[in-house]
Amino acid sequence: MSDLTLGKPAAQASGLTATLKHARYIIGENPVTGFAFGLFVLIVIAAVLGPHIVPYDPLASDTAAGLKPPSRAHWFGTDQLGRDVFSRVVSATRLDFIIAVFSVVLVFLMGGLAGVAAGFFGGWTDRIVSRIADTIMAFPLFVLAMGIVAALGNTVQNIILATAIVNFPLYARIARTEANVRREAGFVQAARLAGNGEFRILLGHILPNIMPIMIVQMSLTMGYAILNAAGLSFIGLGVRPPDAEWGIMVAEGAAFMVSGEWWVALFPGLALMIAVFCFNLLGDGLRDIVDPQRRT
Amino acid sequence: MLTTVLKRLMVAIPSLIGVVIVTFLLTRALPGDPAAYFAGPAATKEAIQEIRVKLGLDKSLPQQFVRYVRDLAQGDLGQSLTTGQPVVTEIRNRLPASAELTLLGLIVSVAIALPLGIFAAVKPNSWIDHTCRIVTTAGVSLPVFFTGLILVYVFYYLLGWAPAPLGRLDVFFSPPPSVTGFYLIDSLIAGDLSTFRAALSQIFLPALTLGIFSLAPIARMTRASMLAVLASDFVRTARASGLTSFTVIVTYAFRNAMLPVITTLGMVFSFLLGANVLVEKVFAWPGIGSYAVEALISSDFAPVQGFVLTMAIMYVLLNLLIDVLYSVIDPRVRLEA
Repeated sequence: MSDLTLGKPAAQASGLTATLKHARYIIGENPVTGFAFGLFVLIVIAAVLGPHIVPYDPLASDTAAGLKPPSRAHWFGTDQLGRDVFSRVVSATRLDFIIAVFSVVLVFLMGGLAGVAAGFFGGWTDRIVSRIADTIMAFPLFVLAMGIVAALGNTVQNIILATAIVNFPLYARIARTEANVRREAGFVQAARLAGNGEFRILLGHILPNIMPIMIVQMSLTMGYAILNAAGLSFIGLGVRPPDAEWGIMVAEGAAFMVSGEWWVALFPGLALMIAVFCFNLLGDGLRDIVDPQRRT
Repeated sequence: MLTTVLKRLMVAIPSLIGVVIVTFLLTRALPGDPAAYFAGPAATKEAIQEIRVKLGLDKSLPQQFVRYVRDLAQGDLGQSLTTGQPVVTEIRNRLPASAELTLLGLIVSVAIALPLGIFAAVKPNSWIDHTCRIVTTAGVSLPVFFTGLILVYVFYYLLGWAPAPLGRLDVFFSPPPSVTGFYLIDSLIAGDLSTFRAALSQIFLPALTLGIFSLAPIARMTRASMLAVLASDFVRTARASGLTSFTVIVTYAFRNAMLPVITTLGMVFSFLLGANVLVEKVFAWPGIGSYAVEALISSDFAPVQGFVLTMAIMYVLLNLLIDVLYSVIDPRVRLEA
């Protein structure tokens, strides 16, 4: 008996060290993942501290100093209202990061849970969830997001909701497949024999087992979520001026691109690109750690 | 063959019904009262009520839905509030511009992505493989409107090679007589080479933008699929029989590797139709995307709804086409269907 109680934490610890070792191996072999993780930390710092550490107020305008190219005082130059582009790019991180994180969590709660239930229960649950996913898939995704934000109103919450809805089929399908293959697994039957209810098995046994795959998916879709939100702001939906957000800053700078004031649009665009790039690399790296068989 | 098409068509019908229901619900969720819009700011309560009855807005939701479907069956998508034109006419006038741009963008990206993916698979870990990897990773991270702006800055402002990003044709040219609605084809039919060149110089940058955007998934899938096929037994047999590597790669491997690539094209189309909206805004392209964006800004909802519906129907039909193509390329698929 004492062997059993002692044995369990030891086994867990060795499992954890094995995972850590594997993670270190992946990162050591592919330094890009480590680099992406560093970038991610930087983005989180900018999102948390951004508005407090920037040299200028991102909303303060000074028309006399409008459209000045990058200099020592203004690293990224100033826009048409004389606002400091560097301060705006850094403070915008928070809004873009919030949109990405919340939409990904929301789609996990909607699509992930619906998919798990569909895969586990089958029958009508499966039919309804699959039908909803098919209907969403019938639309070009960005166009559907446009329609949703237009219909529900022009707010940040609705951008988050629209981004979550267009990603619903992806999450529902992955979760459904993963839950379906585990439906009759040994540990599920054991839990059932031990007298657990179906819902309890779903939440306590199936869901934790597919979490790693869902987390990889969340990291991969965060890049898409930011692109989607920035695209919506670019055409004038969602975030409104004068708020700092990368998509809307590129839109504001677009008119100056043809007259040669490149810095107004370039820097927010680069920030957007780097953030998406970072999330994609991080997702790929996480997948290598969690699911070594699917490495590309 | 015909039965395959019909069967696929039957599968597409539930999607189309879903699309119509969702678009209907989206318009009913719209903020504001359409009756008050139509009546104008000076209307009395009675006048608004009268218009509401006329528009059928006093009926229950299912009754309104029946009316909506009936209008739709007659090709009526309502009228734009700002231009006063029927939405169907405007979409029909603007659709060729969008279709020309999207198709050319797809051609550009396939022309670059297929060779890139094939060479990367034939020579793994060579410089072309690394190029392929960089291009595919960078391609998915580039916001499409940002790529467009950079291209405008480099090719218009810095180099002066491209014309100003303002629509399909320079103001000095008149559009060619309309046959297909595609300026590139129409100008060739009319034998007007200078118009063709002008139209080409206008469409080149937006098409390249869309091409760069959709390149990544196609190249990635081509590479992965080619790698799998090249490792298979029949390729080894073909090589052992002494066939030239060109025959082995193109005739044997590529034809078999094409199926997953074609499936990816369906997904790429979904992205392209969305990206189209953004690219049209950057290049002031007079397509249905910019029409929808203009309508969105002035809270004019009938065009937005018409646009979403048109896009969704086009997408469903495109997927249908891809499925049919699939069974043409690989006859085994037909047996399973």
